[in-house]
Order: sequence, then structure tokens, then C-alpha cells
Amino acid sequence: MDITVNILLTIATAATPLLIAAIGELVVERSGVLNLGVEGMMIMGAVCGFGAAYLTGSPWIGVLAAIIAGALFSLLFAFMTLTLATNQVATGLSLTILGLGLSGMIGTNFVGLPGVRLPNLYIPGLSDIPVVGKLLFGQDPLFYVSIALVIAVSWFLFKTRKGLMLRSIGDSHSSAHALGIPVIAYRYLAVMFGGACAGLAGAHLSLVYTPQWVENMTAGRGWIALALVVFASWRPMRVLAGAYIFGAVWIGQLHAQAFGIPVPSQFLSALPYLATIVVLVLISRNKRLTMMNTPASLGQPFVPDR
Amino acid sequence: MRIELVKRPERSKLFSALSPFIAFALTVMAGAILFAALGKNPLAALYTYFIDPVTQVWQLHELAIKAAPLILIGVGLAVCYRANVWNIGAEGQFVIGAVTGSILPVMFPAATGWWVLPLMLVMGALGGAAYASIPAFLKTRFNTNEILTSLMLVYVAQLFLDWLVRGWWRDPQAYNFPQSVQFNPSAVLPELDPMAGRANWGFVFALVAAVLVWLMLSRMMKGFEIRVLGSSPRAGRFAGFRYSYMVFFAFLISGALAGLAGISEVSGAIGQLQPSISPGYGFTAIIVAFLGRLNPLGIVAAGLVLALTYLGGEAAQTALGISDKVARVFQGMLLFFVLASDTLIHYRIRFAGIGQKSTEAA
Amino acid sequence: MKKLIGALMLTVGAAALSTAASAQEKFKACWVYVGPVGDFGYSYQHDQGRLQVEKELGDKVETAYLENVAEGPDAERAFERLAREGCKMIFGTSFGFMDPELKVAAKFPDVKFEHATGFKMAPNMGIYNARFYEGRYIIGQIAAKQSKAGLAGYIVSFPIPEVVMGINAFMLGAQSVNPDFKVKIVWVNTWFDPAKEADAAKALFDQGADIIVQHTDSTGPLQVAQERGLHGFGQASDMTKFAPKSQYTAIVDDWGPYYVSRVKAALDGTWKPEDRWEGLKEGAVVMAPYANLPEDVVKAAQETEAKIKGGWNPFTGPITKQDGSEFLPAGAVADDKTLLGMNFYVKGVDDKLPQ
Repeated sequence: MDITVNILLTIATAATPLLIAAIGELVVERSGVLNLGVEGMMIMGAVCGFGAAYLTGSPWIGVLAAIIAGALFSLLFAFMTLTLATNQVATGLSLTILGLGLSGMIGTNFVGLPGVRLPNLYIPGLSDIPVVGKLLFGQDPLFYVSIALVIAVSWFLFKTRKGLMLRSIGDSHSSAHALGIPVIAYRYLAVMFGGACAGLAGAHLSLVYTPQWVENMTAGRGWIALALVVFASWRPMRVLAGAYIFGAVWIGQLHAQAFGIPVPSQFLSALPYLATIVVLVLISRNKRLTMMNTPASLGQPFVPDR
Repeated sequence: MRIELVKRPERSKLFSALSPFIAFALTVMAGAILFAALGKNPLAALYTYFIDPVTQVWQLHELAIKAAPLILIGVGLAVCYRANVWNIGAEGQFVIGAVTGSILPVMFPAATGWWVLPLMLVMGALGGAAYASIPAFLKTRFNTNEILTSLMLVYVAQLFLDWLVRGWWRDPQAYNFPQSVQFNPSAVLPELDPMAGRANWGFVFALVAAVLVWLMLSRMMKGFEIRVLGSSPRAGRFAGFRYSYMVFFAFLISGALAGLAGISEVSGAIGQLQPSISPGYGFTAIIVAFLGRLNPLGIVAAGLVLALTYLGGEAAQTALGISDKVARVFQGMLLFFVLASDTLIHYRIRFAGIGQKSTEAA
Repeated sequence: MKKLIGALMLTVGAAALSTAASAQEKFKACWVYVGPVGDFGYSYQHDQGRLQVEKELGDKVETAYLENVAEGPDAERAFERLAREGCKMIFGTSFGFMDPELKVAAKFPDVKFEHATGFKMAPNMGIYNARFYEGRYIIGQIAAKQSKAGLAGYIVSFPIPEVVMGINAFMLGAQSVNPDFKVKIVWVNTWFDPAKEADAAKALFDQGADIIVQHTDSTGPLQVAQERGLHGFGQASDMTKFAPKSQYTAIVDDWGPYYVSRVKAALDGTWKPEDRWEGLKEGAVVMAPYANLPEDVVKAAQETEAKIKGGWNPFTGPITKQDGSEFLPAGAVADDKTLLGMNFYVKGVDDKLPQ
């Protein structure tokens, strides 16, 4: 029983940063903007979160700093793509290059310093209940934030007027503009929300997962988050499912190795990626459903006519 | 004060030509500030960055080596992106091209003769194309998003290469280190001018591919199809083009070029297979494709510029002790300025909010 | 505008040339790293060695380095650049730099080259490495003494001889204490991904291991051990700060003394290409202070350390291979060549070596 609980906890830790970054990017893409700079924003969040926590001694200030850093960094992307109408794909990729370099510069003096870990939730009584206690009431705070974010985003997109407007912008910015919706303002906010989430995801890595700062510590997780959004066909609940499926396969292959399953480790390492493709093929076979959810103006620059 | 864009009736010839220079001027200014802030002599830093690499013949060769795969892949990606096909897995196609192209020299190391190299190149291109056909097939058959499948297949390709060179294809003479046998001389892509530097025929392939694709895009029927479908799938369908053919066509072209780049790199610059054969060429090429405005000739220039920033970054590290991170920040800045300056081609910029009179930067 | 930039560039060029000229007198030693110096692992330790050269040899030398150099075509350019920019001595610190470095060495006969962890030499290129396996034998003994489960988890990067050698040395050490000691192995296919390494550590602990050993570079696994109240060993650098309650010791790469001695030799004119494979005795491998251990275990570890420093090789027979065949008869010592190409497990390793 203990081992099952531990495995579930490990999967949750692996899935949380992916989920937080992906849910942010989902909102961005729902507004019709494709920001491929998730990896760059995430690493900026990781370094700023670590630095602020280290300097102040408070991991919560670190979390806040990571959110702000991610949002500010994404503002650069927003200015370029929304105000100057630059190509979103190229700008996003450049943002990643810039983020990897800048985080290295900022973090030079943080290398080799032990970090401050964000403490796990502990509710006397509840957290001590066997099995479910640890799973439900004993995880790191950002785990709960990630779940809350999924619910909040889902509610916002599908149950509120503003969410409807955001989606209509993503589907057709020109008609949304014609209806008088402030396309650019919405998109600015969406991009910054995505940046804040990516920054928070970075903070999870440098304050919870492995409390430390080292260069390139995101190790490609921003890309996985991007893939998850597409995988989820832009549905928040499917991002949740996707992040946990990916996390489960990811952790599962490590366990499979430890059990001594005689399969080349490279194949096991490739498994999460292959599994993602297979699942996506299965769900995308329903053409109507995917088309319905894909933001039609994704990646297209928009300049209002005056 | 707010910045507003006003769409020009047609693209500005003036700014098409001028925008690279504006971007360069902005980069020089921002770079000077960055380097001065870090306590480095800004003039020396900029010189090292942009001028030093092109003043020496050997560095020009290195520039060609670095630019060749970027251009080859970028040109293929331009075809995709013009057709609105989002192949971002060129890195994987590069790797698989390198692997299939290496079948001959690794498994039959004794094979020599004039036919070895051309066969390798063809097999590399075919391998890349075959690997690219997977996302194309999934896209057309199951409507699966190609961004995701092509990206996931990158990781799979890298792990496959890793498995090969650590096991089956490992050189028995290399103390069990992960590398294949060294290719025999007839399997090595010759250098253009061995006395002067290392640049090999890969760069020529890149230039030829750029010209051919440019001709295809601007003159031939296929070019028309791609442009039509890219800008509006429905219009394309009215004109009688099959969308699924287009997806396959774009993926196969870009996969083949990425595969060719892969085998050229392995056969020319490295000389054997090893676990890491690309410092992310397939991803950098995406930037190159857009910097070149999806025009094959523009991509040649963009590939050279990006290669220059890598070389300049290294020169700045060794000559002035400017760290690799600063070099990357500077590279990111340059890319931003180039992208922003290109805005001027299609738009005029208006600074709104300064009284009634609007200042126009055009 | 263009004219202005042109004029600007000319003056800049003159400025750059003049700074280059004034730096001519010092001996320039240079390094090429495969990762960022901020990895707090392999490249970081090499860079600490470089800094020690600067510190100890002071005005006589200047140093430069290129970090994040990918193995492949970029590597050859990196070496060529350093050679052309006046480096008199260049250290390539990753196995994958071997062939590119060799090519450049042939082009610049007056420059001294040194390559870490490879096996090819040239008239102006020596090779060096550290006997990390010596430390792994010691931690094997500690693990066997400390593990209640009789099971260690072992996180590894890639199946290269260096790593296989380490697993074998660890097992030989462990078996010298507990012949039935078991190890579970997880290949993570990366040298450096803190989060993935942490995940692997969690998986191994969940499957019953109570001690974690790593041949990857980040502090991730030790941090997990600390969180779970279990133990492990640091790798490459002393990771005490990250897991003060969990690190028994660490196998530290200390390249400083070696680099200082080689640069000194070059300054004195006594440098010649050598095949140097140094270990605990020469100080290239250092055991971090033993901690969180009972006194008798520390004492035993120190005794083994002293024995190895005295010239004893952990790969001394009788040793049996995993398949039951004989590797070394009693009393025979493995030669360096065999060790450097090691691609089999010793008896008792319960894993199939990726081939």
C-alpha cells in the first residue's frame, strides 16, 4: 500500500510543473496566440524563484517572484507579437533562447547553494490518515494550486462571459474585433497569465521538486507542456489527464527498470513520447471534436483596422 | 503614448531592404549598453562579435559549416510553413537521415568507390523523408496534430540513435565508447578547399537546395498550390488541390532536406556516428526559416547571420571572457530586433496619443 | 548610416588589436567544457581546477574557456579557435572531444593538448583521467555496512566503460562486506536532469532500496534521500550542503592539483604527452568527509582508503563475471586497458548491461 501511495505522490510531483505550465499556455492559445517560449519563461521563473527565496529566506516570496518574473518576461513576447505583430513562432523560440541565457546570467551566483524548500501541506489529523491523508492533504502547496488552476480556467473559459469572449477571439479575431471586443488587450492579459503560470511551474522545479538552481534545469519540460496543450485539444480537463498520463508513464518506466525488465532503457525513455502520440491519435480520430476545439486563428497576427 | 500599426497597402520595398540595417543598428546600440554594463569594452566586444569572425578565412569556412545545416533544414521548413503545415520535428528527421545515411559506411565499412557517397546522401534524404512521413500520415489519416507528433518523434529519434551507437553499431575498437567506426575515405564528404579550412560540400548542397526550392516556389505549379493552401485552405480546395497531398509533399520535402543535412553533417563535419550529432540545428532552423521570411534566398542570409552569432559568441568568450550566457542573451536580442524591424515592411508605426498630430516613422 | 558604422568598426578593430597585443607575454592555458560551468557537476569541477591554476600560478598565466561546447562539429572549431587565439595549452574535458582535438593537435604542433577520459594520444597530446572507481569501492563497503535492506539503488547515466567500471567496483566493495548484497539499477539516459534523477531515486527507494548511489551529476537524488530520511553518496562534488543529514561521503573530482602540475610543467619546459590516470593517492579523487556514519564504519572506510592509496587495486582477483566465467584469477590485477574498455558486469549485479 505504501509503495502505491509513494508512486502516486511521485507521479503528482512529476505532473505538477507540466500541468501548471500547460494550463497557462492553454489560455494563451485559446486567445489565438501561440507562445513557444514556455521553456524560456519557465527557466526564468525557476531562477528568480530560487533567488528570491534564497535571498529572503521565504519560499513564498520565491513563488511570488517567479510568477512576476514569468509574467514580465512574457510581456516582452506580448509586445513583440501583439503590438508589433511579429511572427509568433519565431518570437517564441527567440524568447526561449533569451530566457536560457538570461537565467544563466542571473543565476551565476546561485550555483551550488542549497535552496529553501516550500514545505508540504500539513493539517494535523487529516494529513495523518493512512493512504488518503498523504495524497489529499499532505502534498506540496503548488500541487493544490495546479488543481485549482485547472478548475478555475475551465470555469472561466466555459462559464463566464469574459471566457466566452476570449474563446471567440481565438476563433476569429476579426469578427471579435468587429463585435467591439478589445482583442489586443485580452491577448496581452492571456499571454501574461501564461507567463505567470510558466514562471510558477519553474518555481515548482527550483523550490519543490529539487530545491536548487542549476543552468538548464528545466531540461525540456516547457516543450512537453506545449505538447500537452495540443494533446489535450485545448480542453483544461484533458490537460490534467494528459499531464498525469505523461507523469505516470515517465515514472512507470523508471520503476520498470528498477524491477529489471529486460528492455533497452532508451526504449523505456522513449515510451512517454510514444504513448503521447498513440493517445493523441486515438482521441483525434474524431475529426469534428478536434476541429471544434482548435482555436482557428491560432498563430495568426492581428492588427486592428482603423 | 501608444504604438499603433497601420497596414501598408503593399509591402514596402524600402523597408524590405532597410530593415536588416535598422535591426543591426539597434542590436549594436543595445549590445553596447549590455557589454558596458558588464564592464567590457563595448567596441571591442562588438568587433569580436560581428567583424572578427569574417576577417579570417578559416572562420569563414566554419561559418559555412555552421550555416549549411541551418539553411538546408530552414529551406525545407519554409515549404512546410508556407503550406501551413507545422513541422517542428526537423531535428528528429535530421537524426534519422544521419542514421539511414550511415547504414552503408557503418555496416559495410569495406565498401569503397565513387558510388558510396551519393548512395549515402540519397539514403539519408530518404530516411529523413520517411521519418517525416509519419506525422504526415497521422495528420492526413487520423487528423492528428502534426506539431505534437513531429516534436515527440524528435525525442524518439535521439534515443534511437543513442541506442544504436551504444549497442549494435558501436565501434568494437573504441574501448566500448559510444561511437560508430570512422567512415572510410570514400564515405566522407570532401572539403571544398582543404588547405584553407574545413567547409565541405554540405554548404554547396544548401545553396543548391535554396535555389531549387526558390524556383519551385516562385515558378512552378507546386509553388502556387502551397501558397494558396497556406493562405486559405478553402481557396486551395476550390482550385482542385488535394490537401492531403500537400501535407505529404511538404513533409517529404522538408524531411528529405533535413535528412540530407543530417548525413552531410555526419559524413562531412564529424566522420562517424556518435550520440550527439546536432546542437539543436532542427530547432534553430525554425528561427532561420522565419528570419528569412520563408523565402529560400532570405533563408540563406538568415542562416549565415545566425551562424555568425554563434561564432561571434564563441570568439567573445575566449577573447574577452564574455560568458556563453551573455552571448545567448545577445543572440536573443538580435533576433528580437530583426523580427521587430520586419514589422516595418508591412506596417507603418504610429505613435498615438501625442496630441492630435501623429508622428509617423516612415 | 552605413558609412558611420564602417568608421566605427575600424576604430573598434584597432582597439581590439591593441588589447590582443598587450596580452602576449603570459602563458595562456585554455579549457573546453561540454556543459555549462554552472552545472555544479562535471564541468563545474573542471572549472574549479582552472580557477586553482589561476590562483596558484598567478601572474604567470592567463586562462580562458569555452563552455557548453557540443560534441560534434562545434568541438573542432572550439579547439581551433583556442589554438589560433594564442592558447599554449588546451585541455579538452569530455570523451567526445577526442577526435576533434586530435585533428586540431595535428594542425598546431606547437600547442600542447590534453584530453580527459579518452585513449588516443599524439606527440603534442596527452591524456588524463581519474580513478573514480577507487572511491566507488569504498562507498560499496559503506553501503553494505549501512543498508538494512541489503539493497542499494544505483542511478546511472549511460552505459560507457567508466560507468560500468564504477558499478563493478561498487559491487566488489559491497560484496567484501556482504556477499549477498543486491543492487537495482536505473539508466536515466542523461548526465544532468535534476528532476529526472530525483524521480529515479524515488522509484528506487519505493522498491525497497535504502541507500542511493548515483553516477549522474545533480544533487537531485541526495535531496530525495534527505526528504525521506535515507542516505546516499555525492558525485563529482561534495554535496553536503544539499543533504547534510543524508550524505555519507562523496566521490569528489579534484582536477586542481593535476592542472596546476601540468601547466607548471609546460612553464618549466618539462611537459611531454603522458597517459595519466590518477586516483586517491595523487589527490585527483578525494573522498568528502565521512558523515552520518558510526565510528567503526568510518574507520573501516579510512582503512580501505589508505590501502588503495598504498597501491592496492580494487580489481584484484579472484573476480567472476556475471555469467559465471572467470575475469581474474586469485591475486591477478586488472590492467588499465581492460578497465578502460570494461563492458561486462561482475557476479552479483542483477541487471542486463545494455548492449
